[in-house]
Amino acid sequence: MQIISAFAVPVFIFVFLMSGFISRIDVYDSFVKGAKSGLTATFNIIPALVGLMVGIAMFRESGCLEILTKVLNPITSLIHMPSEIVPLALLRPVSGSAAIAVVTDIFNNFGPDSIQGRIASIMMGSTETTIYTIAVYFGSVGIKNIRYTLFAALTADLCGIVMSVIIASI
Amino acid sequence: MMNYIWGGMIIISLIVSVFTGRVEQTAAAAVSGAGDAVNLTVSLMGIMCLWTGISKIGEDGGLLRLISKVLNPLLRVIFPKLDPDSKGFRRIVMNIVANLLGMGNAATPLGINAVTELWNENGKKSTATNEMCMFVVLNTASLQLIPSTLISLRQSYGSANPGNVILPIWICEICALTAGIFMAKFLSRVWDKKTDKKMSKRINERRLKTCR
Repeated sequence: MQIISAFAVPVFIFVFLMSGFISRIDVYDSFVKGAKSGLTATFNIIPALVGLMVGIAMFRESGCLEILTKVLNPITSLIHMPSEIVPLALLRPVSGSAAIAVVTDIFNNFGPDSIQGRIASIMMGSTETTIYTIAVYFGSVGIKNIRYTLFAALTADLCGIVMSVIIASI
Repeated sequence: MMNYIWGGMIIISLIVSVFTGRVEQTAAAAVSGAGDAVNLTVSLMGIMCLWTGISKIGEDGGLLRLISKVLNPLLRVIFPKLDPDSKGFRRIVMNIVANLLGMGNAATPLGINAVTELWNENGKKSTATNEMCMFVVLNTASLQLIPSTLISLRQSYGSANPGNVILPIWICEICALTAGIFMAKFLSRVWDKKTDKKMSKRINERRLKTCR
């Protein structure tokens, strides 16, 4: 498990660079162009991230988080989910920036290699912002009746959430 | 939706802080949270640039086309009713590949294109077809091979091995994706039956009327 994980990133970079050389493009030029778009993308999420990280820090410090996790404890303890993960599971389908804010909060308090940090990492990596995606794609062509899309998508999310708790503890 | 979640979260926090006697800490958290957000983005910037740069090389180098050839047969199984030579199907393949390679800013426009094609082919109706539902479900599951933002985040918080969650993430992604596909296939049958019933009801009513 460790070996595949460790090799994924270098192999990925190698394959990408080689594909560039084989098709004879200017790889450095492409890299710089792409890096610039990454810079603007990261820069653009600052306002949303400030708002959400303020909200989540306040939610935690005021004691709301503690109350919420206690209320949901009977459900989360069924799958042995640490209570700190609950806000992430709830916010992940709604907003990507909010999920990043929660993961950061967890890393800050427990560290990325703690069990909470690992579950948060796996959950964050294996799920998507469901509600936003549905809104963008169906909204773009004016579909009003989305039928069963939300149910199926949330089933996938629920599966990802439960699996990440299970896999992180193996 | 974020409107209510964000606003509600802060207002509830402020009200609860009065009862828990943590008003000062809550106010302090607001200030430090704002600072943390900027620190986080600055520490992420370098590595995010590295990833978007690398994926741009793949995009320009035609890696998209190569991988789409491999994926083609798989997607034919998931979308059996679509013509594999149609524009809609080809756009779907490109969108999935862009998602796999983590080209977020290429994937979304391709995805919108794909939905628009499917919509045109279906006579521009306001009800989603089974193919559209399946396509959107695929997009709401994470397909990314390298979760670059997450790895950068782990790195900037001092993880001893930022990449060691990749394989668990793949396993989780596959489980979630399979669950989503099966659920969509199953529900499409349930929904189709529903509309069939409605249609036959209407036809029967009409028949009755004409009989009278």
